[in-house]
Amino acid sequence: MLEPIKVSLESLNLITLAPMLLAIAGGLVILILDLVNDKLHKSLYVMLTILILIVDFGATVGLSVNERGFFDVMLIDGISIISQLLIIVASILFTPLALTSKRFHEYSYPEFFALFLFMVAGFQFMVASDNLILIFVGLETASLSLYTLIALHNRSNSYEAAVKYFTMGALAAGFFAMGSAVVYALTGSIELYQVAQILSVRLHETEIMMAVFGSSVLLMVAMAFKLSLFPFHTWAPDVYEGASAPLAGYMAIVPKIAALVVSIRIFGMYIDLGVEWVRVMILVLAVVTMTIANLMALVQEDVKRMLAYSSISHAGFIMAALALDTTEGTTSIFLYYALFMFTNLGAFAMLWISRHKVRYFNARYDHPYEKFAGLIHIMPMGAVIMALFMLSLAGVPPFSVFWGKIYVMQAAVNAGFVWLAIVMGLNSAISAYYYLKLIVYMFLKEPVKNTDTVYYNLSKPLMAVIGFATVATITAIFYVQPLVSYLYYMISASGY
Amino acid sequence: MDNILSVLVFFPAIAGLLGFVVDKESARSYGITVAAIEFLLSLWLWLSFDTANPGMQFVEMIPLIPDVGVNYYLGVDGISLFIIIMATLMTLIGMMSMSIKTNVKNMIITLLFLEMTMIGVFVALDAIIFYLFWELSLVPMLYIIGAWGGPLRVYASVKFFLYTFMGSLVMLVGMLFVAYVYHSLTGVWSFAITDWYALVLPVNYQLWLFAAFFLGFAIKVPMFPFHTWLPYAHGQAPTIGSVILAAVLLKMGTYGFVRFSLPMFPDASVLMITPIAVLSIIMIIYTAMVAYAQKDIKQVIAYSSVSHMGIIMIGVFAMNSEGIGGSVFQMLSHGIVSGALFMLVGMIYDRRHTKLMSEFGGLASVMPKFAVIFGIMLMASVGLPLTIGFVGEFLVLLGFYEISPVMTVLAGTSIILGAVYMLSVFKKSFFGPVTKEENRTLKDLTSKETWSLVPLVAIVIWLGVYPKPILDPINNSVNAMLVFMDEKAITAEAKDIIKVPQSVIKTGEVK
Repeated sequence: MLEPIKVSLESLNLITLAPMLLAIAGGLVILILDLVNDKLHKSLYVMLTILILIVDFGATVGLSVNERGFFDVMLIDGISIISQLLIIVASILFTPLALTSKRFHEYSYPEFFALFLFMVAGFQFMVASDNLILIFVGLETASLSLYTLIALHNRSNSYEAAVKYFTMGALAAGFFAMGSAVVYALTGSIELYQVAQILSVRLHETEIMMAVFGSSVLLMVAMAFKLSLFPFHTWAPDVYEGASAPLAGYMAIVPKIAALVVSIRIFGMYIDLGVEWVRVMILVLAVVTMTIANLMALVQEDVKRMLAYSSISHAGFIMAALALDTTEGTTSIFLYYALFMFTNLGAFAMLWISRHKVRYFNARYDHPYEKFAGLIHIMPMGAVIMALFMLSLAGVPPFSVFWGKIYVMQAAVNAGFVWLAIVMGLNSAISAYYYLKLIVYMFLKEPVKNTDTVYYNLSKPLMAVIGFATVATITAIFYVQPLVSYLYYMISASGY
Repeated sequence: MDNILSVLVFFPAIAGLLGFVVDKESARSYGITVAAIEFLLSLWLWLSFDTANPGMQFVEMIPLIPDVGVNYYLGVDGISLFIIIMATLMTLIGMMSMSIKTNVKNMIITLLFLEMTMIGVFVALDAIIFYLFWELSLVPMLYIIGAWGGPLRVYASVKFFLYTFMGSLVMLVGMLFVAYVYHSLTGVWSFAITDWYALVLPVNYQLWLFAAFFLGFAIKVPMFPFHTWLPYAHGQAPTIGSVILAAVLLKMGTYGFVRFSLPMFPDASVLMITPIAVLSIIMIIYTAMVAYAQKDIKQVIAYSSVSHMGIIMIGVFAMNSEGIGGSVFQMLSHGIVSGALFMLVGMIYDRRHTKLMSEFGGLASVMPKFAVIFGIMLMASVGLPLTIGFVGEFLVLLGFYEISPVMTVLAGTSIILGAVYMLSVFKKSFFGPVTKEENRTLKDLTSKETWSLVPLVAIVIWLGVYPKPILDPINNSVNAMLVFMDEKAITAEAKDIIKVPQSVIKTGEVK
């Protein structure tokens, strides 16, 4: 006779699920609204999405640290709260980019916004759990929505990008599933905290070491695909190029934050257990990624592809912080992404407003460097703002990314990796070249075509977003302190 | 006014922002007025500066990122005071004599932002704030060279930016490491230079850190073999760019050695005296020979500028009051003299649109005023007694004589070699008959040009005859620094070589 399973509602601690449920419910509301009245304007859906995300933000801020819920698969620690907050803030900032002055295919479908919210919920699940199955479910929810969002941009190379991303994503998912299976076979558990307990006792056994090797390599490959680390980065430039600029900018931040959190949970655990070669593997991948991507970015002819390689390089930069496995190192990951977010948002928004339906400048690329030649004569304000973003990405003080870079480098020095800090410094110097290339085109060259239509896609909401990104980039020096102390507090509270 | 340093730093920046509103036609007058106010403010700083006090004055400190130890921390002492005044003066005079016709408004705004970063570098007492202004100063200069320069301007400006940027990033790692050591010893995060001075580091740490800072500063100076960006930058830059670059931006490097390397790593500095002196002597002799081989007047002055920076470097590493004080003085003199020479070359270029010596000849009879001023500046550059150039060069050589007489003699050839190439420039361009028809009709200096050069001539002669009002405050601060370095040094060799001036020992005056 089977005993009926009794679960008390309190023990479920459903509040830990509230943020994701809010996002999912919001997505459903948007779908229902469309069912009721299919003539609604996209601006309504944009605002609705932002409002839902704001409520989501509120629900996340209210969570108390170090709680588990829903059969203990949800883990609300400091990392999961701050990464959820970053994901939501980035989503709020990127949503208004839909309000362009020109009509784009994808935004006329409310499904776009519903899928967007489902994707946010997926990422939130991914970061708010240490159960490998739930992480996998979150990863797939988010990724499948993201593939669709990319394909909705009605262009032949968007389909190509979506299919490419889907194929690579499926491969990564396969690796993740295999890696998780090895972990399960190894320890009989998929809860990372139990895995850690079991491994800490049995780590000296040879078979266990072999299995740890297998699982961490498989999981590493899966995460490297998601984080676009070398040699699994080749999809990124094509996908960024095919996706619309707001989505490309979004992809450079949110999926990477989520994947980094999972990496911190998995590989941080291995490093904590004393598996030193995991650290070495991450360091090698990180250094190679940032260097190769920087060198590749030097030869790009298209600004968007250049930014794609630059974001790969930034991901490598930040991956190195993960190998440090110190509280400061982990703090620096989130600080870096928080600061990088504004600059990256600004840079991609600038590409977005200069987007034409037809390729005026080059048959192959949407945003060749020539498009920006002599911008200072055409639109001085736009050129100055774009130059600010480029300088910030290059790590010129006092703009926002500089503070992220300096914190990462300080963390590396403090952990005894002075050589890593020097490699990071030299890589920043290399990267300055390709960022300067755009500045040189904008400021030092004459316009190639007699056109004043570079800012074709400009509208008031976009100006507001860019203005906000500019202010956040310039005034970073004033808000770094509260940000650092909050992040540091949250991360040390959750024991990393 | 206790916060005069903040005013000095941000006044040009705010003026630059407001400058966007000013009409194109009036931009130039606006820029000159702002620069004049800034110059008067810096003179006011000098007036209210207590010359007897060798320490930091007008100190301002606002915590910015206390968790990391970054503070907005400014202060000025005898070493930085006069460099600041020179920076404001050269910006003002550069603007007054500026002959650029296109995009004047953009140029004025860029210059004002550049002025902010220049002042910022010299007043910053927090390493991160120092680094911030140091890096920011690259951006306006990149634009000035790249937008108004010669045919190879883009290449020259990007080379300038990347070269300096790479060096300073290595320096940044050095700074982070010092902060880390400071934290592990005291438990407090701090980037304040004055806090770092108190650190006594083991010699091997000092050597590594010295190397990291050296890379940042040496590229800026620029020391041989890192000097290759400078001739390009000067060759392509517009006159105003060369003036500011030679007069102020290069001084950031040597100032960095005095402010960071010497007091923080005294033992390493003493160990590195010989290598640096060798590099400096190569720099002095080699670039002087290269200067002689140039056909273009501006290139001659560019290379002579590198050669004279060698003298400054040797003085910094003399480790005594004459040497360091003399080299700080030489920074001022080099700034004024090479700035003036670049302006003069710019003026002749505006008239003839060439800088080749072979195109000139006999200019003295056509442009007497121009020839006289050029002659005075040239003599000052060579180091003729009773000009500003002599004081610094003499003190530096006197100071370094205590370290090594042989190397001093070699360094002293700079005066002879300088005379060789400078006088040959003067002879080829100014003496003899007028060989080219175009040169017969050249106009002498206009009143605008004359009035921007006369103050410089006056300073060159005044400070050549009576340098005391400037040398005294410089020496005060330098002496305090030497006493402090001597106390802090851990190796006997360093204690032996760092000479504490007698007057300080007698009165027992210790910082």
